[in-house]
Amino acid sequence: MPSSERAGRPAGHGEAHQRVAAVDGWFTLDGAGPALIGQRCKACKTFVFPPTASWCPNPLCADTEMEEVELSRRGSIWSFTNACYQPPAPYVAREPYEPFSIAAVELEAEQMVVLGQMVRGTRVEDLHVGDQVELVLDTLYEDTDREYLVWKWKPVGAEPAGGYGDRSGDRSGGSGPKKSSAGGNRMAERRRDG
Amino acid sequence: MAESRHVAVLGAGMHPWGKWGRSFVTYGLTAARAALDDAGLGWTDIELVSGADTIRNGYPGFVSGATFAQALGWSGCRVASSYAACASGAAAIANARAHILAGLVDVALVVGADTTPKGFFAPIGGERRDDPDWLRFHLLGATNPTYFALYARRRMALHSTTEQDLAAVKVKNSRHGAANPYARYRKAVSIEEVLASPMVADPLRLMEICATSDGGAALVLSSMDFARRHLEKLGGGHGAGSTHRSQSRPLAKIAAVSTVTPRYPSTVIEMPHFATDSAVTPIPRTAENRPDLPDHATEFRASIARAAYEEAGVAPEDVDIAEVYDLSSALELDWYEDIGLCEKGEAEHLLRSGYTAIGGRVPVNPSGGLSSFGEAIPAQAIAQVCEIVWQLRGEAAGRQVEGARVGVSANQGLFGHGSSVLLIR
Repeated sequence: MPSSERAGRPAGHGEAHQRVAAVDGWFTLDGAGPALIGQRCKACKTFVFPPTASWCPNPLCADTEMEEVELSRRGSIWSFTNACYQPPAPYVAREPYEPFSIAAVELEAEQMVVLGQMVRGTRVEDLHVGDQVELVLDTLYEDTDREYLVWKWKPVGAEPAGGYGDRSGDRSGGSGPKKSSAGGNRMAERRRDG
Repeated sequence: MAESRHVAVLGAGMHPWGKWGRSFVTYGLTAARAALDDAGLGWTDIELVSGADTIRNGYPGFVSGATFAQALGWSGCRVASSYAACASGAAAIANARAHILAGLVDVALVVGADTTPKGFFAPIGGERRDDPDWLRFHLLGATNPTYFALYARRRMALHSTTEQDLAAVKVKNSRHGAANPYARYRKAVSIEEVLASPMVADPLRLMEICATSDGGAALVLSSMDFARRHLEKLGGGHGAGSTHRSQSRPLAKIAAVSTVTPRYPSTVIEMPHFATDSAVTPIPRTAENRPDLPDHATEFRASIARAAYEEAGVAPEDVDIAEVYDLSSALELDWYEDIGLCEKGEAEHLLRSGYTAIGGRVPVNPSGGLSSFGEAIPAQAIAQVCEIVWQLRGEAAGRQVEGARVGVSANQGLFGHGSSVLLIR
């Protein structure tokens, strides 16, 4: 099982569960405001996520000095979906399986889109393209003595668009089909993919 | 483009798609023998075998060219093996074509085949924490349909796309595929049936997402000079005793093969990545990155077929048929725009008007598409070309597009492998 050098043990979590990052170095673990860790090219100032680049991805920039930076903690939904069927390993699913939502989120300052699961319990019926979300840490999975954390997006209540309204036109059609069930109970049947 | 850059398609062959549970080599061999027979050539006439690799069948799949060559009987011919994820078949075609146009060989056999597991495609085995494909499953549970669904929902938010439109793409393709003996799903379905199928990744339902299939496809390609000599020989040279079917049909030719990468910054989230490129740093619109094009036309998918049109000297308006990679019903609509059939946001109008159904102006996926086939990854881009070849020859019984003269395929492989093949007769 994976481990993390950035392990933290927040107060009040009780028991012996140690909270560790499910992946090393991709997000901060401390404080009330976790952030994704990206890279920024010192020369051309472009951003990269995840922070695994050893050279600048800009074809017109030959720089190899990438510095770690925290990315914006808020963004707006570029698109979203859910996983009605259990993804295959190496995803570690809850037993019994619980469908989850996933969003592609546009970060204004970085001008990039970053994927993340939505926090547990978020239904696609409640999401719209253009909605504001913020970064939180949440459990990805647990084993006997560890809780593995990953970044997720959480809807920001009735937050103002904050000048990020260039996608406001997206919202009209983005409410999605109205239906009663996400169909997750049928996950044992045929699963398809491309 | 000058005929000197054309490559003749002498033969096309396929093994039917399905879940047959046999070795991928079996499917490849069936397809290869069918293509050789269609060309009127023997295996030992072939000077290069160009295999499209599969990564789910162990080492023989990684060196597919040699695997097929051994199965056909070692002949000492040249060999190549290409991997480009979903674009592997097109990469194998590009490899064979380059050998022919460079004058290194006169005639080549291209083969791709796959045997797939049931269910979602999962990353190949082992714990690989430096592989974004492994990590996207582990950290996000992001399957391939996750990405298809993000595109679909985005499309619905930006344009007037409805759930009925998405289902109507499946309905159209199921009608086309019902007449195709190589298709796996050969039953025409209704909008109601599609909308009653279970949701997989909202807004995409089970019947709107491409399945994983077994299958094999092959092509015999040659130089135009070789084709002329060969067809003359088949005809006996005196007009009498002509028995091979090559004699009585138009010759299909590959006029262009596009194998493009995205341009930085690539601002649409692509499998298997966690994020797009950042667009904060302005990239000057130099001649290389096309100042003549609007922004959306520089997006990756839109650049794929355009490179083929430009190489062939053909305009999108000249296209009679298209085979596009409909990994989902919604993605087929995106392709209408990306291959230049219409402007952004107009695909639904084309679909609703019947423009892209057989009988319409530009039938899309007359084969039935991935919707009717499911995906046999390394064979699929070759199968697209097989269908276009049969359409251009007038041999697509039951699904023939009358008078088709120009066809284009479009396809996109994981990690940024674009591919498009343009054929003319």
